[in-house]
Amino acid sequence: MQIDLRTVTIKPLRQTFDNIARRIGADKPASRYQEGTLDMQQTANFHYRPTWDPEHDIYDASRTAIKMADWYAFKDPRQFYYGAYTLARAKQQDTAEANFDFVENRGLAGTLPESVRKTVLELLLPLRHVAWGSNMNNASVCAYSYGTGFSQPHIYQAMDQLGIAQYLTRVGLLLGDVESLDEAKRAWMDDDAWQGLRRYVEDSFVIKDPVELFVAQNVALDGLLYPLVYETIIDDVLSSQGGTPVAMLTQFMTDWFTETRKWADATVKIAAAESPENKEVMARWLSQWRDRSAAALLPVARIALGDRSDEVLGEVVQQFNARMAKAGVAL
Amino acid sequence: MDMQVAKKKLGLKERYAVMTRGLDWTPSYQKMEDIYPYIAYEGIKIHDWDKWEDPFRLTMDAYWKYQAEKERKLYAIIDAFNQNNGHLNVTDARYINTIKLFISGISPLEYVAHRGFAHAGRAFPGAGPRVACLMQSLDEIRHAQTQVHSISNYNKYYNGMHDFHHAHDRVWFLSVPKSFFDDAITAGPFEFMVSIGFSFEYVLTNLLFVPFVSGAAYNGDMGTMTFGFSAQSDEARHMTLGLEVIKFILEQDPANVPIVQRWIDKWTWRGYRVLTLVAMMMDYMLPKRTMSWKEAWEVYFEENGGALFKDLARYGIKMPKCAEQIALEKDHLSHQAWSTFYNYAAAANFHTWMPDEDEMAWLAAKYPASFDKHYRPRYEFWREQAAKGNRFYNKTLPMLCQTCQIPMIFTEPGDATKICYREVDYKGDKYHFCSDHCKEIFEHEPEKYVQAWLPVHQIYQGNCFPEGTDPTVEGFDPLAAVLQYYKLEHGRDNLDFDISEDKKNFAEWRGQATKNI
Amino acid sequence: MSTVFLALQTNEETRPIIEAILQDNPSAVVDEQPAMVKINADGRLVVRRETIEELIGRDYDLQELQVNMITMSGNLDQTDDEIILFWKS
Repeated sequence: MQIDLRTVTIKPLRQTFDNIARRIGADKPASRYQEGTLDMQQTANFHYRPTWDPEHDIYDASRTAIKMADWYAFKDPRQFYYGAYTLARAKQQDTAEANFDFVENRGLAGTLPESVRKTVLELLLPLRHVAWGSNMNNASVCAYSYGTGFSQPHIYQAMDQLGIAQYLTRVGLLLGDVESLDEAKRAWMDDDAWQGLRRYVEDSFVIKDPVELFVAQNVALDGLLYPLVYETIIDDVLSSQGGTPVAMLTQFMTDWFTETRKWADATVKIAAAESPENKEVMARWLSQWRDRSAAALLPVARIALGDRSDEVLGEVVQQFNARMAKAGVAL
Repeated sequence: MDMQVAKKKLGLKERYAVMTRGLDWTPSYQKMEDIYPYIAYEGIKIHDWDKWEDPFRLTMDAYWKYQAEKERKLYAIIDAFNQNNGHLNVTDARYINTIKLFISGISPLEYVAHRGFAHAGRAFPGAGPRVACLMQSLDEIRHAQTQVHSISNYNKYYNGMHDFHHAHDRVWFLSVPKSFFDDAITAGPFEFMVSIGFSFEYVLTNLLFVPFVSGAAYNGDMGTMTFGFSAQSDEARHMTLGLEVIKFILEQDPANVPIVQRWIDKWTWRGYRVLTLVAMMMDYMLPKRTMSWKEAWEVYFEENGGALFKDLARYGIKMPKCAEQIALEKDHLSHQAWSTFYNYAAAANFHTWMPDEDEMAWLAAKYPASFDKHYRPRYEFWREQAAKGNRFYNKTLPMLCQTCQIPMIFTEPGDATKICYREVDYKGDKYHFCSDHCKEIFEHEPEKYVQAWLPVHQIYQGNCFPEGTDPTVEGFDPLAAVLQYYKLEHGRDNLDFDISEDKKNFAEWRGQATKNI
Repeated sequence: MSTVFLALQTNEETRPIIEAILQDNPSAVVDEQPAMVKINADGRLVVRRETIEELIGRDYDLQELQVNMITMSGNLDQTDDEIILFWKS
């Protein structure tokens, strides 16, 4: 049986808004990512200078050393506008919830070897604060960078990092208790192993250039931390020692990094490809923050890897360099 | 530790505390004032950031879950609306002009709110306010985008909204909402929170969204109704944040009270002036009216705001003094605004018209003290003139208020026959104001308000013509040049509704949809 | 006492919630408007999880209410078991 559905056909006067048509052509409808992103930020005739930063306009491309002919050259390969972003995270959240339920209901936390449980609490819980720092840094980039193509993913990144800090808190509550969180915070504040990383994070708080902050936080720090902690230590080393349930609890972070890395790479690539000057600046920031990040992470790696730390971190740095080379910046 | 023993489950409040407060720490490698450089200069004193209450206590996992549910519903309805040519179900094509006003006047503000809350969230050292602000920042980009996505389909079939970003930064009357938000985001983070978080979101948002959204529902616009209600569900959270901000600041130090009172006075007035556009929309632009502007003001400000300020009295906060003048203006505001837009229909991105007999009767019933006496005669005259082929288009430029940037159209409080003018001399220049309140706002921060980009001044200075325009050539038509600068198409985007392409197309398309031709 | 209120979208999900609110707040007044229901109460309004659960026959998380909430007035306090809207004066 054939069902013939009919609606009235009327011819539209135009396919999309003019600002989009000027960029992609007037002959085709635009995607929701395009309509929700392109030219969303105001560009002209601002009424007043910020009382908190009178040297600049409300949105001002000169807050960064990176120069772009068009800031909408930055495109998010995930095409995240709010709806697409939220649906993606809700799906991951669903999986994470199921994983937490599985581990909790079957009492799998109790089956962890004590050494693994101790390592996880010592290693993962102070990272709550690192994620919190990233939340703040990404809010900063979102607020002070130029053009929605660049700024928009940073609010998503900021809230993702808050989510990660909260998942880590739940891991702490599942494998330990509120006191474990307090103990981790004490270690973060006082223990030698964490001071390099805490200094890195606090130093990043005072970076004024939003693109440099993007590099220091989302490329250099996360680019070493996630492969080291989640992909190597949790998924590989601890899993082989009976720590698979932990890998279930941190699956969100592993999947998240795989996804966000694509965006970070694309962003580095677009900035560097714009001009030799940009490329030089990006290379300088990348190598400077990569070196600091590697140095800060080494004592953290020792918590789980002991003597193998230098070797493993060296590999992670190698992979990072290869990533950046692929994005067009040889370090 | 025995993991088999079931652990005590943390309650919502305790759980939320470890999920947010516990994440924060006091830095030692960098100074607090270098990390948080913007929190001292406004003079607000905060002694304990942990006293902040987070009423909704949403963690990110719950946020993603519920927001995704809202998004799924919303986009399903938008898709269905578009597939079925839902725009042809609106009461009549005049209604679509409210959408034009909304996308070019309001949606860009949602975007500024997004960036502004990211800024405020970054600026505050406390974990509670940071999380609340950033969640709102994320919601606000949602609102900006869902509005663009919902209205995108209207733009395909109707004029006036095709270049709304460009228009927002340039068109004369859009400097009213734009300068309002520019004012807020350029203020310090505490003032931003009081201006947008409290005055706008808590005190005034109901006046913007509820009438607009109910109006959409009442006029058959399911698409707009859906994004409106969906956005409002976030507003409930934002309103609560706005109220918590105020209570928190006031409880921290008595010295904060006079500063906050001044901000409340200023921003209630600033917000109210922006709502002039909403007043006119409610009384004139919705073919099927939900309630009058005056009724909405009475329900949502006088009753509801009254309850709020009664509640805040224990901190020493008083009802903003501008409320008295607003009460005197409520019989006049929408009529004076509509008259102005009727005049300037050649220079706007939407159409205007004269109300018909039934509509005048409705206006007279809703405004017994003012309509028949002051406004009906004016309208009848214009209607007669239009019938004779003399539809009046004002081609001169009005004087603008330096603060709210609305043309000087408002009358003296209590005397609807006399235009209200105020002026101030400042550093050798004269500045003009529509009211005592706008004048006072200027006088408190003249260095800020002298910067205002006033569209009329800018046109006279030659800054609003396309590049390369020579205004000295014979036969130069300034209005045509300004419209080009606005990227508005004369004869399509502007002028009277009666002669519009919108009206013609709507009638033809609706005919196709409802008759067998 | 000043009025507090809660406005919800009119739909299948809110139907039992409104019923529950009216059960728990006998003096509350319902004001039906286009596509939304506004519930007004004098000074205090409580939304109880258990009452909703009895009416819908499943577990209910009060945070779900946000999906359908349009606006509200009053101070808000939320726990796992109830949402209270109130004015102090």
